Amino acid sequence: MPAVEIRAAQKSYGALQALRGVDLTIEQGEFFALLGPNGAGKTTLISILAGLARADAGTLKVMGHEVVQDYRAARRALGVVPQELVFDPFFSVRETLRIQSGYFGLRHNDDWIDEILENLHLTDKAEVNMRTLSGGMKRRVLIGQALVHRPPVIVLDEPTAGVDVELRQTLWKFIRQLNGAGHTILLTTHYLEEAEALCQRVAVLHKGQLVACERISDLLLGRQAATLEEAFVGLIRDVEI
Amino acid sequence: MGVGFTTLFGKEVLRFWKVSFQTLLAPLISTLLYLVVFAQVLGQRVSVYPGVGYAAFLVPGLVMMAMLQNAFANSSSSLVQSKVSGSLVFVLLAPLSEIEFFSAYVLAAMLRGLLVGSVVLVTAGFFFPPRIHSLLWILVFCFLATGLSGALGVLAGVWAEKFDQMAAWQNFLILPLTFLSGAFYSLHSLPPLWHFISRFNPFFYAIDGFRYGFIGASDVSPWESLLIVGSTCLALSWATLALLRSGWRVRP
Repeated sequence: MPAVEIRAAQKSYGALQALRGVDLTIEQGEFFALLGPNGAGKTTLISILAGLARADAGTLKVMGHEVVQDYRAARRALGVVPQELVFDPFFSVRETLRIQSGYFGLRHNDDWIDEILENLHLTDKAEVNMRTLSGGMKRRVLIGQALVHRPPVIVLDEPTAGVDVELRQTLWKFIRQLNGAGHTILLTTHYLEEAEALCQRVAVLHKGQLVACERISDLLLGRQAATLEEAFVGLIRDVEI
Repeated sequence: MGVGFTTLFGKEVLRFWKVSFQTLLAPLISTLLYLVVFAQVLGQRVSVYPGVGYAAFLVPGLVMMAMLQNAFANSSSSLVQSKVSGSLVFVLLAPLSEIEFFSAYVLAAMLRGLLVGSVVLVTAGFFFPPRIHSLLWILVFCFLATGLSGALGVLAGVWAEKFDQMAAWQNFLILPLTFLSGAFYSLHSLPPLWHFISRFNPFFYAIDGFRYGFIGASDVSPWESLLIVGSTCLALSWATLALLRSGWRVRP
């Protein structure tokens, strides 16, 4: 059973076709990159997968669970780190993580919450209100919120946008650990060197269509490129011609 | 209804509790000011029903008005705030059904409305001790009216995408509905046109039925009020749940 299975996903916003029949399969345990220029449809695809938006057509499954018909199981299998730095200003870091944990049916989850706080270097901020945290710390809490229910599939939508080097290193170390423990990671990023260093396979979306989906080494070989960035730029240029 | 539902309900209660100066104390002050001004100025001159003083008439109306306004404010402001800030995403990512989502917001709104109403009633009781005709009618209208207003707040919160859209609901719907609801006067004292218009206001029936529980007198039968408030509450809940199921403005 694949971790993520997307068949013929279509989505339009008025006249704009955000997704034009996307097919994509991500196997369990993969560290997978979903790339594309701004407006390619990456966030739309992730939103539909997470139940934040609805596809006009197509089937999307997480760990075998269809995201609309079997939404409870599909959402339990998925942890999403959103792109925007969003937070609830009424609560402390620990309250935020406890609430998120409760949404997923986990009432007594403090041992795992403490472990997450430690891994994200947030232990000393546990009782601090979310409003007072720096942007980087808020980003770490977002990651913690995505992990509280120990989802087998983790989606990271631009997790390092605007984040300093130290936090990036902390974050990738933790995410690598999770991947090593069997979690499937789906990453969208504009930092192609990060995708190249971390991921085994890559998919490229362009104007709502999948224009590549293969192992990074195969993509580099096929396009005779030295880096993923070079291959990506060449691919997008060829597609647009 | 599982742990997810109780967590969302608890979160909503904690949210208004953490800002209780704004959500509980401020409504108490404003309602008491109405009471002082109207009861003191008009108390000696106005008699609405035979044998019922104006303060005895006014207090239940003000209590219900405060409950209606605060129940609406709770669910609507929480939803629009989390939509604007983007934090609603955390609830939407969770494996909660539409009915769990709706019920948690409505029940928290009801609780805030009931708390505000209780605090206002107890405080007003120091100055104007209330008489109780039927506790059952009081409780029935407390629950139904706050449920109606909480459901309306969820509907407004689902619809609104900006704070000024929510302000339009507050200023152009809730405020007129609550002020033109017979909180301060009997419907029989109105000219025929306003009397006719007021009969389409569900908040009038909530106040009239609630007041009947205190003084044993009302403009219309409490059974008629029960029917109208109950059916409006059900219709609003059904419509809001249908919108939530469709994903309209929440899961586009």
